Amino acid sequence: MFYKAIVFLPLVGAIAAGLFSLRKLDGAAVTVSIAGVCLSFILSCFAFGTIALGGEQATIDVARWIGSGRFQAHWTLRFDTLTAVMLIVVTGVSSCVHIYSVGYMHNDKSIARFMAYLSLFTFAMLMLVSADNLVQLFFGWEGVGVASYLLIGFWHHKETAHTAAMKAFVVNRVGDFGFVLGILAIFALTGSVSFDAIFETVSSYQPATISIFGLQLPALEVVSILLFIGAMGKSAQLGLHTWLPDAMEGPTPVSALIHAATMVTAGVFLICRLSPVIEYAPVALDIITFVGALTAIFAATVGMTQFDIKRVIAYSTCSQLGYMFFAAGVSAYPAAMFHLTTHAFFKALLFLGAGSVIHALSNEQDLRNMGGIWRQIPVTYAIMWIGSLALAGFPFFAGFYSKDMILEAAYGAHTSAGLLAFWLGCVAALLTAFYSWRLLIMAFHGTPRASVEIMAHVHESPNVMTLPLIPLALGAIFAGWMGYDLFVGNHWQEFWGDSLFILPTHQAMEAAHHVPTWVKLLPIGLASAGVAGAYIGYVRLPWLPVSLASRTGALYQFLFNKWYFDELYDRIFVKPAVRCGKLLWTRGDKGVIDHYGPDGLSAAVARLSGRLVQLQTGYVYHYAFAMMIGVVVLLTWYFSGFGG
Amino acid sequence: MNSSWPLLSVITFLPLSGVLFLMLVRGTEANVATNAKLVALWVSGFTFFLSLFLYVGFDPDFVGYQFEEQVDWISGAGISYHLGIDGISMPFILLSTFLVPLSILASWGSITHRVRDYMMAFLVLETMMVGMFASLDMLMFYLFFEGVLIPMFLIIGIWGGIDRVYAAFKFFLYTLLGSVLMLVCMLVMYQQSGTTDIPELAAFDFAPTLQFWLFLGFFASFAVKVPMWPVHTWLPDAHVQAPTAGSMILAGVLLKMGGYGFLRFSLPMFPDASDLFAPMIFALSVVAVIYTSLVALAQSDMKKLIAYSSVAHMGFVTIGIFSMNEQGIAGAMFQMISHGLVSAALFFCVGVVYDRLHTREISAYGGVVDAMPRYAAFFMFMMLASVGLPGTSGFVGEMLVLVGAWNRANWVAVLAAIGLILGACYMLWLYRRVVFGRAEKPEILELEALSSREFLIFVPLTVFVLWFGVYPSTLLDIMELAVSDLLGQIGPQQTALR
Repeated sequence: MFYKAIVFLPLVGAIAAGLFSLRKLDGAAVTVSIAGVCLSFILSCFAFGTIALGGEQATIDVARWIGSGRFQAHWTLRFDTLTAVMLIVVTGVSSCVHIYSVGYMHNDKSIARFMAYLSLFTFAMLMLVSADNLVQLFFGWEGVGVASYLLIGFWHHKETAHTAAMKAFVVNRVGDFGFVLGILAIFALTGSVSFDAIFETVSSYQPATISIFGLQLPALEVVSILLFIGAMGKSAQLGLHTWLPDAMEGPTPVSALIHAATMVTAGVFLICRLSPVIEYAPVALDIITFVGALTAIFAATVGMTQFDIKRVIAYSTCSQLGYMFFAAGVSAYPAAMFHLTTHAFFKALLFLGAGSVIHALSNEQDLRNMGGIWRQIPVTYAIMWIGSLALAGFPFFAGFYSKDMILEAAYGAHTSAGLLAFWLGCVAALLTAFYSWRLLIMAFHGTPRASVEIMAHVHESPNVMTLPLIPLALGAIFAGWMGYDLFVGNHWQEFWGDSLFILPTHQAMEAAHHVPTWVKLLPIGLASAGVAGAYIGYVRLPWLPVSLASRTGALYQFLFNKWYFDELYDRIFVKPAVRCGKLLWTRGDKGVIDHYGPDGLSAAVARLSGRLVQLQTGYVYHYAFAMMIGVVVLLTWYFSGFGG
Repeated sequence: MNSSWPLLSVITFLPLSGVLFLMLVRGTEANVATNAKLVALWVSGFTFFLSLFLYVGFDPDFVGYQFEEQVDWISGAGISYHLGIDGISMPFILLSTFLVPLSILASWGSITHRVRDYMMAFLVLETMMVGMFASLDMLMFYLFFEGVLIPMFLIIGIWGGIDRVYAAFKFFLYTLLGSVLMLVCMLVMYQQSGTTDIPELAAFDFAPTLQFWLFLGFFASFAVKVPMWPVHTWLPDAHVQAPTAGSMILAGVLLKMGGYGFLRFSLPMFPDASDLFAPMIFALSVVAVIYTSLVALAQSDMKKLIAYSSVAHMGFVTIGIFSMNEQGIAGAMFQMISHGLVSAALFFCVGVVYDRLHTREISAYGGVVDAMPRYAAFFMFMMLASVGLPGTSGFVGEMLVLVGAWNRANWVAVLAAIGLILGACYMLWLYRRVVFGRAEKPEILELEALSSREFLIFVPLTVFVLWFGVYPSTLLDIMELAVSDLLGQIGPQQTALR
């Protein structure tokens, strides 16, 4: 009951808020949705105590769902350490964002609907992390996708908003294509979709192969790669990342909750949840490492050149997700989960801080129109500093522990993929610090570039928006230091228990603690260099970035245009699909099928009857003729042996 | 199992008796119209109420037919009046009796001329549909199966749009061709076995070569009804020209006749041929899913777009049926019921705005959400159900079909899953263009909000789509034994694959 309440309270809140929104009872809707989520958070803390710290696991059967023959998927909640960690992250950030939204959205007449969507999202996310089988996980997966779709397109008057919403849904569907096929393959292989049954037998399927389109492929590799494609969609990994920056069209609290702290990490969660399967798929692990590392560096390079404050942070999210993936790829799942947790705090903080900036500047999002406001909004300024320090991984902030752990694990894995990830990760760390301070300096320092009217209105956000930032800021400062021992330090094995599985031969977690000192120091050095670079480029020598951009024109354009992914996809997928559809319709349906089918037939009949009419035979002959043919056909049929 | 009074016959012929009653209605034209609507609504509503007793009295643990009624018709010739239901036909009967009162309610304001005739056509249609699903005699089945076409033909031909004659003609031409071939096959089957009783025919062993031809004959008829690619082109035209309620029934029930036919005839009676032709059907279905989804992308007419999406969704049904395993067939059944509800609701969504603006052009809309927020919410829900969102009925069917297909031939599942992506593209794009955006045209801003009658139609559809998505066992339990019994009839070689 207690555990069920954690998951279903936000749903109750969402439904109640939805009903209140119909009656225009905004206050009631806001209260009930906040109450639902906060209560769920308090219960989650207790659950974390018993499950993660106390080592008790629980599986609760709620109801039957889809059952047909051997295919059985129940509504079942599974609570182990992995779930408990996610519960804290999801309900914690969600509670802060709910409260923050009251201030941020107070002018919006649809605030009740907004709160209902937020709570609905929280419910779907909780279903995702507490799923006991792949199909239920997919339910949560699609549920958060829909909530994200609704919230990105929340300001549905904006053309860009609903375009971005649709793009997010469709790109995620491409990932879902892989996810669904992964579920099918795993069911065909093991005869079950529930985690316990799969994990129990999975090691015996190592030699199994799947024959697909005539190719014989190792079954577990196929399964893992298909599921990873799903994870790539949701977690915006290179190739399927294009929706995430556009998703910033949604209100900023949405970006903080969904597109930074929780939903986008669902892919990382999926990989960790399925570690008992993926551990037996070495090729898939290498692919995960490779894609993660490429994403980390790709997004960081693009983040350096963007001017929209939220897009810079969005690319940073994308990049940090890449870190988590390559951590998982070198079998350092605890490190991935650790970074997921710390990242949730400081990235939500950064987004909400950015929201505060945007709010203060009357909805201005372009960094080029900001600057010189740090004295007016000191709290926000401090918040952004904390978030940036944590993100860049400066000592004793949260990101320092988790990001270093990931880089050390990648180095310690001693595989070529791991080493590649290590080096790309180090370069990305340099770029991360650079774009973080570029953002800080451009947003807060220098001469004010906003118009005089806007500058006159610059004000600190109300308490309802600054107070929820405090727990997040505390998390961004202390989460790494507090969690290190449990998540990845001396006690990680007891802490994670059975919820993560690592083959004894995969030693990255252990080796991470015994890397050379330069490996430990390098990331901090690079981060400092990044900050110095930003300081030189944007404070000391402001002409430098401009001249660099113009001198390296092609490269700069390439980065500024986000490696031309959108243009490429538009050329090779979107436009051809629509053109293909038009062609099939006009040439296929109308041109061939109808032309030779019904239209052709009726024309032929008309011609034929025309001739018959010319012969002065009249209508009766039509029928006689048709009957004759029918009789002939019937008789032929009958005597040709088939009839008897 | 046999109740003391013939419940199935009553449900089948009650709407027809309503027609007789309608003939007696006298008075001024307006009077007749109002009374006709009320009579039709009450009769169909009561029929639905009675059909609930089928659900209540149904024993899901009983193998075989329930509520059976059998009376000698042409004695000594093996032809009888034989009704009965099992887990395969019962959901379809409920779907039919559920959708007819809703469609009558949906035509309340939009049909203004010859209202009585229109209502009569709907009640006849209901009798034909229920009779077709309840028939356990091949001759009766044929009569009802073809009989369904007559009222639908009239509904399109009389109350349809501008090009209704072309559409009705095309519809007729396609189906006629199929039914002639089916009739020939039925004659041959009767000649061979000496009976028209469906359970007896299912147990009869037709020689493999004969099965080959018989399968093709039935296939010609069922494939047109489903409709399968490439004999689908009648459907978009029929939908576009049909009145809203006609589209609701056409998509909701009539398309299911083909799938039902495959399950009742092709699979149990010609198992070897079904096995032989399965790859061809897979190929046609996969083409249907991808081809029609792409074509749907190119449509500028709302109804045409949804009609093409129906073809794609029915492609999943044929894939499931010919997977010939438990998940595939149960999934296909579920997909048919789900599609019946969702597509009826989507066509009603089009009807709601068509009644207001009298156009189906997508570009004429945009920003509807401002004037009609509740409509936007229902439309959103049904759009997501159509896309197969977990938690709605659309997901359960698609998922089970894909599971079944993967186990039979995984390439089919891979290609069919592309339909999941394309489905999201055309439905979300439609929704975006109609509902989202800033309403600039004055006529959009002045759109009337959803009336309580329209609200009343959406609510039950939404409730069932949600219920079947969250607790599909309601349906799956009913089907389970019937499906495994069907698989048992097909033979051990297929059931061995689970």
